[in-house]
Amino acid sequence: MGNLSGMLPEFGQLALIFALLVAAIQVVVPLVGVRRGQGWLMAYARPLASAQALFLIISLVILAYCFVVDDFSVAYVAKNSNTALPTAFKISAVWGAHEGSLLLWVTMLGCWGLAVAWFSKSLPLDMVARVLSIMGMVSVGFILFTLETSNPFERNLPSMPQEGADLNPLLQDFGLIVHPPTLYMGYVGLSVAFAFALAALLGGRLDAAWARWSRPWTMAAWIFLTLGIALGSWWAYYELGWGGWWFWDPVENASLMPWLVATALLHSLAVTEKRGLFKSWTVLLAIFAFSLSLLGTFLVRSGVLTSVHAFASDPERGVFILALLGICVGGSLLLYAIKAPTVASVGRYSWVSRESFLLLNNLLLLVAAFAILLGTLYPLIIDFMGMGKLSVGASWFNFMFVPISVVLGLVIALGAMARWKADDLKRLGSETVAAMVAAVLLGFAVPLLADGTMNWKVLLGMGVSFWLIGATLVDVWKKARGRLSRIPQLGLSYQGMVLAHLGVAITIIGVTMVANYSTEVSVRMAKGDSEMLGDYRFEFVDAGHVEGPNYVSDAIRFRVYDGEREIALLQPEKRRYNASGSIMTEAAIDVSLFRDVYVSMGEPLADGAWGMRLQVKPFMRWVWLGAIFMSVGGLLAMLDKRYRQRKNAPQNNAQANTAQEVTA
Amino acid sequence: MKQIFLFLCLLLPLSALATVDGYKYPFDDPDDAARFEQLAQDLRCPKCQNQNLADSNAPVAVDLRDKVYELMQEGQSDEEIVGYLVDRYGDFVRYNPPFRAETFLLWFGPALVFVFGLLLLVLIRRGQKQPAAPLSAEEQARLQALKNKAKSS
Amino acid sequence: MNRAFLFIPLVGFIAMGILFWIGLGQEDKTSLPSPLIGKPFPTFILNTVESGESTNHLPQEPVLVNVWATWCPTCKAEHAFLNELAKEGVKIVGINYKDDDFKARQWLQAYGNPYLFNIADPDGKLGLELGVYGAPETFLVDSKGIIRAKHIGDLNPAVWDKLQPQFEAMQ
Repeated sequence: MGNLSGMLPEFGQLALIFALLVAAIQVVVPLVGVRRGQGWLMAYARPLASAQALFLIISLVILAYCFVVDDFSVAYVAKNSNTALPTAFKISAVWGAHEGSLLLWVTMLGCWGLAVAWFSKSLPLDMVARVLSIMGMVSVGFILFTLETSNPFERNLPSMPQEGADLNPLLQDFGLIVHPPTLYMGYVGLSVAFAFALAALLGGRLDAAWARWSRPWTMAAWIFLTLGIALGSWWAYYELGWGGWWFWDPVENASLMPWLVATALLHSLAVTEKRGLFKSWTVLLAIFAFSLSLLGTFLVRSGVLTSVHAFASDPERGVFILALLGICVGGSLLLYAIKAPTVASVGRYSWVSRESFLLLNNLLLLVAAFAILLGTLYPLIIDFMGMGKLSVGASWFNFMFVPISVVLGLVIALGAMARWKADDLKRLGSETVAAMVAAVLLGFAVPLLADGTMNWKVLLGMGVSFWLIGATLVDVWKKARGRLSRIPQLGLSYQGMVLAHLGVAITIIGVTMVANYSTEVSVRMAKGDSEMLGDYRFEFVDAGHVEGPNYVSDAIRFRVYDGEREIALLQPEKRRYNASGSIMTEAAIDVSLFRDVYVSMGEPLADGAWGMRLQVKPFMRWVWLGAIFMSVGGLLAMLDKRYRQRKNAPQNNAQANTAQEVTA
Repeated sequence: MKQIFLFLCLLLPLSALATVDGYKYPFDDPDDAARFEQLAQDLRCPKCQNQNLADSNAPVAVDLRDKVYELMQEGQSDEEIVGYLVDRYGDFVRYNPPFRAETFLLWFGPALVFVFGLLLLVLIRRGQKQPAAPLSAEEQARLQALKNKAKSS
Repeated sequence: MNRAFLFIPLVGFIAMGILFWIGLGQEDKTSLPSPLIGKPFPTFILNTVESGESTNHLPQEPVLVNVWATWCPTCKAEHAFLNELAKEGVKIVGINYKDDDFKARQWLQAYGNPYLFNIADPDGKLGLELGVYGAPETFLVDSKGIIRAKHIGDLNPAVWDKLQPQFEAMQ
């Protein structure tokens, strides 16, 4: 303890305390500046945000260092690491449990503040001051929460363990390295849209300019959220060993709700930016999106719900987050109720117009988010009202989501094609008639070709996807006036939208196919056995042992044949981790664009045989490919040049846009 | 495209047994195997609380799986089998909650919110003074108004 | 638009906050209410642990039916309290759940036997009829063989304080 490096954890904690102090100053000083109209006070917002981020980063790096050097005097490190853990997993173990993941959460909040401070040169100073002050408030709350109830730097003194308990084997995987940081970037990024909305409410300037500033930030958070959810689904798919990719678990629901609302927000922001409409509504969505991301944090960490991957719950923490939630969400909704404009926005739109379709899209996305919230909380409500216990599971959620997604898919294409203000149903109809016919025909064709029986779910899913793809491509063709060479001139924003909408169709195709045409078999197999699944033959070649860095495993080699042709050599494993003794199933997957072959080991049986689970999952990759399309689309739209203009540019640009729309 | 359709043609329905230790539950009829799978997925393990009977390794889940298989062999219907477990373990074991007075809002809540939202949209649009007409003269006037507004802000 | 409408989200949120507040206060979120309360104890024909003789009924008087096993650590924790209850004259019938008779007899010899008799349920068949999903569980059964209450988890003085009035009302 005598030397300085022995005191590193204390420095980490100190950095966290400094971050708290800086955040508190960041809340007060810029707001006072705004109040008094003193620019020099407002100007403190940016350096304070940078300093806060710096302290948080120092704190996180120190925690990571404690993991790397196996400092088991730190209780959190001792609980979640082990000397035999590979270094990459030691670093990702930082966010492998509650305390560290919370530190990551606040550090990311600090980093988003830093980004706002750096990339807001074109914003008026009072707006920057308000936005950063509000983000500071969120920081103060969550840093306090970390220090008070979940300090990752707490020491195991005086008796420090010789060896760490090890990271949960389920988390010793590449997925832990990428999934939580991406998802948290999304969750926390929504705080920027939230801060912009509250700042606009406070400043009384809910206008097109506000929407334009807010859009790229919302888009950035949405991209992270999209990727984070897709990564989580992919990780669960290959790591849990069941071949399931979405379980409607409360934790997954907690990530899908803000995503749906953020998607609605993006579209509503587009209307506010282009047409100056729906301002009140857009602000409310911005508040909802971040509130739901906080709600997710609460549900996961408070123990109110039981969930497969909820963090170890603690009622004291639950009360603290509930209080934070109450202040943050309750306060912002109160501010909204008092300050939101009640005057209907200027500007009219017809029943058939892009505005109407986007409103319908918003409504559907919100109904979807509401359905998830209802399904997640209904068992709680029934329980508290003394009406017993019930469960709401996958069947219910699927039942709700099929109709919502189908209608949403139909509307997406129309919304993207329709003109602002007023359009003509006849025009829309005549342009898309080919897409409609193709969608219906293909919708019928797929299930009939697949297995000769009419499956209405496949008909709906495929029909909607083909309609969405067809109508989107027709629109691209019309806008490019029949020349492929003109597509690059259509603007990044439009191209991004097209990609994202195609992504929705791709995901729906993937979900439909994998949900309806997956084939699976569970069998007892021993060396030399072969098993057929469709046209695929699985041959048990041999079994052996594999020594990993911190585990030993039983492994089986399988040759997979498609007809006579060998297509893959797969090696599923059953691992036993040395430190904890936990058993983990590592599935082996042969991936291709049109199907996954998924082999996982069950229980060992007599005579060297194993219970095996063999699965063929058609179009599995499309589920996540769609998410990649959506993210790339979002990225393109974010890079559109109109977000990178100088202070005075937006107004001129608004004129230009208006002129363009009318002449178009 | 051709490749996709070729591929689709290969996907004939087969036995769909995905349960943990599924080899313990043989069925002659693939339809029964699919029924068993669906039942196992729609029933919740009472012990581990967030897994269905198909995925859980808890001892009680194994017992309940065996029971579901046994009852199926006796020729009981899905409703009878679910009913058997609900009589002993309560509604908690059903992942697909029953239609009842207290679940009315669960089943119809989203639809009600959708209808309510649609009504709200109609009301908001009614609140506007005049419907927009795609006439070029009006468009011209609005363009002028918007330009003025943009300048003044 | 009326400003009152703008308060709707806030009101909804407050309602949800109250729900969570109650939720945090709930102690035991995992125990399931039994649908068997008010229903007759299921029929069975099983052997007793002690003598291996077949039995098919409970005593015609109010009893505690305690589901236990030697593999269950919580059962060991509650065993001393069961001994105390038996000394106070509370009648307890055991169901030795998914266990081995020999091990059960050793356990009873080592830690004392608070039970009138123990029903051996090696396959968990009776347990399944009773909706048992983890030992220990305890049922209150009246003299007519109707299940009156169920407790999941270990019996201890605090739990017994709550159950005792109901048990005495059944006499």
